[in-house]
Amino acid sequence: MTAALQVENLQRSFGALHVTRDVNLTLQRGARCALIGPNGAGKTTLINLITGVIRPSSGTVSLNGEDITYLSQADRARRGLARTFQINQLFRGLSVLENICMAIGERDGHNNNLWRSAGARREVIDEALDHLESLNMVDDALHLVRNLAYGRQRLVEIAIALAQKPRVLLLDEPAAGVPSSESHLILDVVANLDPDIAVLIIEHDMDVVFRFAKEITVLVQGAVFTQGTPDDIMNNADVRAVYLGEEGHEAAQRGGRHG
Amino acid sequence: MSNNKPHDSAAGAGNAARLRAMDYLVRRHYFRWSEALPWLIAIAAFFLFPNRMTFGGQVLIMIMFALSLDLILGYAGIVTLGHAAFFGVGAYTVALASLKLGWSEPISGIIVGGVVAGLVGAVAGWFVLRYRGLTLLMLTIAFAAMLQESGNLRSDITGGYDGLPGLTFDPLFGHFQYDLYGHTNYWYVLAVLAVIFYFVRRITYSPFGQALTGIRENVRRMHAIGSPVHRRLVTVYAISAAIAGVAGGLFTQTNAYVTLTVFDFDASAKVMVMLILGGRGRLYGPFLGAAVYMILEDYLAKLSPTFWQLGIGLLLVLVVLFARRGLLGLAEDARAFWTRKDRAPSPPRRLVWKPEHWNALAVSALDGGIIGFVAGFAINMKQAALMLSFVTDLPTRAIVFTLGGAAIAAAINAIYLLIVSRTSVEEQTS
Repeated sequence: MTAALQVENLQRSFGALHVTRDVNLTLQRGARCALIGPNGAGKTTLINLITGVIRPSSGTVSLNGEDITYLSQADRARRGLARTFQINQLFRGLSVLENICMAIGERDGHNNNLWRSAGARREVIDEALDHLESLNMVDDALHLVRNLAYGRQRLVEIAIALAQKPRVLLLDEPAAGVPSSESHLILDVVANLDPDIAVLIIEHDMDVVFRFAKEITVLVQGAVFTQGTPDDIMNNADVRAVYLGEEGHEAAQRGGRHG
Repeated sequence: MSNNKPHDSAAGAGNAARLRAMDYLVRRHYFRWSEALPWLIAIAAFFLFPNRMTFGGQVLIMIMFALSLDLILGYAGIVTLGHAAFFGVGAYTVALASLKLGWSEPISGIIVGGVVAGLVGAVAGWFVLRYRGLTLLMLTIAFAAMLQESGNLRSDITGGYDGLPGLTFDPLFGHFQYDLYGHTNYWYVLAVLAVIFYFVRRITYSPFGQALTGIRENVRRMHAIGSPVHRRLVTVYAISAAIAGVAGGLFTQTNAYVTLTVFDFDASAKVMVMLILGGRGRLYGPFLGAAVYMILEDYLAKLSPTFWQLGIGLLLVLVVLFARRGLLGLAEDARAFWTRKDRAPSPPRRLVWKPEHWNALAVSALDGGIIGFVAGFAINMKQAALMLSFVTDLPTRAIVFTLGGAAIAAAINAIYLLIVSRTSVEEQTS
């Protein structure tokens, strides 16, 4: 079976600074993989390399068996690779509904049309509303994104990526900056993602990581420190030393019990 | 993805919201009656000021030019100070076609002008639109300057800064002669503007137009959702250049004369000012901005041939300080304010003078002082002596202008602060 996403020997350096060293990562269809590591480990850089925001110095990235290492971000996105951003990247001056329609329009190529009115495509609006309904956000459909509470904006961030109908989804700290009283809304969405989508999540909350992920990759100083199941990682003394600390270890055990 | 509805009543409420949202997007591009207003005014102007129709034609041409800029600046967020390049290409294409090739049929003339300008725009855009922000701004200025200087080098063809005078064009449809009062020309330009406007309106409400707005709002996200950003930008840049070229062609036909000044930086800056003044990204901003600017310029130039720019400058400062979204944005705010539904039970408003307002006042006074100081030097010595006969020596004038500028800016800001702190305290603090 070809992997949904395969990263092989990926390297990237900025001058003498090696931010990504020989990273190998495989996501099978429907994978639930977490990427963890201390601050500055190169997690977001890895996502940027996979999505084509920056180019690797060497190594390859393949999507469903196709080498996409030298494709543009947009070409990758059109092949079913979607991401969310650690810091919201939304169309703040547009309504929530328009944000979703934007992703659908680009996915299906409607946005090449400069004559027919956008409102004439009811099927696009309908689909966008379906996406919003599944997130319980229909009431916010006409609100401008910049007027939404941060937690709601975070949901839009995910909704746009889902509207791309991705086969591989990269979530960069989906609940970052959301007050803990609201974070369950986002984490519920993450937990109920379509089982066919391969998901890679960067997350600091170990509760979430151990509950959600079936595989965990630990990144330290740009290199893969270790990979394994949540149990492997939880019981790995080295990981505890470099990353989790005692506090994290307790969280890991709690998470393990939940799962 | 689960799509199950919780229970009936919630589903009903959800459906209502759903229908409302759908309805809004579906109807958004429908023509509204208020949209007829600018056109009715343009028609009324013909009957009210039959002697000013040469000027009227110029206003319509500038509206078209500003509209082309709105498409790229207001919608796609491309910041350019070299849009006169395409206006000039259109103007010269029409002039040279008439002079060298004997192509003096007006309508096909402006089409050719538009096509050539559009092609130039596509090529220029392909190069410069890899950049954004300040770099792009400098490149657009450089491109217009380059065209102007090329024209100057080949003044045997372009006539240089002396221009190409005495161009002749065929009657419209072989029938309507250009007349001395510009009557024929006014209707001609108005008709072309109506056609162009229809195109622009369709584009802005199309999915492509939405994608342009997306690029303006967040280009990173557009890349991430698979948008071919560069292609979109080059496309709209070429369309905008073509419209500017049509406007330039009309300019040549109206004046029967063209010089290299059409490429001036001033021309690019002026159209930008018109757009900002009217309000960008809202289709009718160019109408309001160009009309207000041109009429004000015309009026002030008669009032004071030396200082008319002062009035325009003051207006622009006021717009930038207090109506960032232009006159049209201001009108929208006013309308929203008066039609607000919660006006009746609104909480009691009172004057709130907060400590930080002093700070704001000091900053505006400082800004005003600097502007006044610079203005004092910028205005020519002799002219200043004419205006303010009591300050002729440089140091005194610097002081007078500095203090005057500071006082005016602080006074305006004080009034503004009082108004905003009275009406919407929350908005200010947020």
